[in-house]
Amino acid sequence: MKGHLAKDHAKNGILFALPWIIGFSVFLLYPLVQSLYFSFTDYSVLRPPVWIGLKNYTNLLQDEVFIKTLSNTFLFAALSLPAGLVFSIGLALLLNTKVKGLAFYRTLFFIPSIVPPVSLAMLWLFLFRGDGGLVNLVLETVGIRGPDWLGSPEWSKPALVLMGLWGVGNAVVIYLAGLQNVPQALYEAADLDGAGPWTKTWNVTLPMISPVIQFNLVMGVIGTFQVFTIPYIMFSGGGPDRSALFYSMYLYDNAFVYQRMGYASAMGWVMFLIIFALTMIVLRMSEKRVHYGS
Amino acid sequence: MAILPQKAPSLKRQNLIQMTMIHAVLIFFSLIFVFPLLWMLITSIKPASEAMKTNFIPTEVRPGNYLEAIWYGSESLGYAPFIQYALNTAVVVTLIVAGTVISNAIVAYSFGRLNWPGRNVAFALTLATMMVPFPVLMVPIFGLFRDLGWVGTFKPLWVPAWFGSAFNIYLLTQFFKSLPFELSEAAKIDGCSEWKIFADIIVPLSKPALAVVGLFSFMGAMNDFLGPLIYLQDQKSYTLSLGLQAFQSQHGGTQWHLLMAASAIVIAPIIILFFFTQRLFIQGIAVTGIKG
Repeated sequence: MKGHLAKDHAKNGILFALPWIIGFSVFLLYPLVQSLYFSFTDYSVLRPPVWIGLKNYTNLLQDEVFIKTLSNTFLFAALSLPAGLVFSIGLALLLNTKVKGLAFYRTLFFIPSIVPPVSLAMLWLFLFRGDGGLVNLVLETVGIRGPDWLGSPEWSKPALVLMGLWGVGNAVVIYLAGLQNVPQALYEAADLDGAGPWTKTWNVTLPMISPVIQFNLVMGVIGTFQVFTIPYIMFSGGGPDRSALFYSMYLYDNAFVYQRMGYASAMGWVMFLIIFALTMIVLRMSEKRVHYGS
Repeated sequence: MAILPQKAPSLKRQNLIQMTMIHAVLIFFSLIFVFPLLWMLITSIKPASEAMKTNFIPTEVRPGNYLEAIWYGSESLGYAPFIQYALNTAVVVTLIVAGTVISNAIVAYSFGRLNWPGRNVAFALTLATMMVPFPVLMVPIFGLFRDLGWVGTFKPLWVPAWFGSAFNIYLLTQFFKSLPFELSEAAKIDGCSEWKIFADIIVPLSKPALAVVGLFSFMGAMNDFLGPLIYLQDQKSYTLSLGLQAFQSQHGGTQWHLLMAASAIVIAPIIILFFFTQRLFIQGIAVTGIKG
């Protein structure tokens, strides 16, 4: 009787999992194996792939544009991730002070983060204009002559970072929820020990939300390498001096503009390895610092 | 800045100053967050001659810009582009949201509430796939859809949504696991089939979780740009995101008032949805962002 039930369970289990078993095989495993194979071939859609060994990978190392996109992407991550982290946690901490009108502020901060990326790109193309864009007008009122944000290689990335900060509401909501989960008793204990607000923030609040920070950092690393839509729309051809040509954009160009599918696949695998390595680094770095509670 | 309300009455005054400062900072940032969107709306109703000027109040309010943006180029195209884009988007998004909710619920039921050999290994493998970035898979998946003759149709955009995705499976599996197993046992004694337990007991109890999955898949589908860019060829089949980009590359840099109107049209469905589902939105993001 029991054996019969287990068998029933097994049959149903497989049946219910069937969509994913198919999806996993067709849209994940098979493309993954195939792209690994393509990465060792010269493949241009019109002709069948020809095996060329490691040539795509060695070519990547000599491809100046590739190196440029790699450094652009790392630089952008190095600017945008810490800035986003500090700004979102800062706002979340302010909102967590039992301030009146919390829901109202939270909604205002949140709305920009749900603006579709294409609209977002249009809006900021308009705001960052060199000839009388709103950003520079505001800077002018405080006596700063704003740069040509989108037209100069030095300012294209900072412009994207600022746009990213504007869309930080999503992270604010996540951190705020994390902050609200910190047990009140810990603060009361800290009060008894005579801890001031700064001490409490450093020694109670931040350690308690460290798993959330870690998770968001990992997702941020993965996300930055896949940044595509906004720079693709705002900087056709990668912007001034290719300063806004990011990894995924060059991968897309290779695959669908230059029809170098083998090369693009190799880029995909390099991206995969980089993301994997960075994720491991983030996880290990925070291993000691992250506090998981009990 | 974790300033907690202090209870001692002697600190009341200091508290008041603190709170005022916090409000001042929050109001300052609120303005920064709101103003760009407001500026977009203002520009979208300005006459063409004022689009690049900095007056806050248009000398003349022109809601007709929206109609102009919607119908732009309709004479040569033979259809109103933004109405066509909106219809296309509605079809694609509906199919994606339905597929995502249905397929992930079914699969998560298997992982969360049924025992089968290899289940735990399969689940771990599923979680591991979240690490795989889409660009790695892009070329072979494109090849697959090309061989099927699907390039230029909506199918490459929505068909994959009907076969589950790792993050949603994870989310729903965790939720289904949290529901009491006694419910299933009792139903089984009453002779319910596994499907009936799933559809009549588990699904109704899981509405909030399913709504979160549906909401996020709606957002993802509305915002998707790369997919339509790769697969859609005929302008008549464009979605809103792709259509807006096409509009910009044709008339961008000049017709800012129309571009802002068109951008506002693309934002509208999401903002409207947000105001109706605010609580779900915020809770969903908090839960998924924390548990990961």
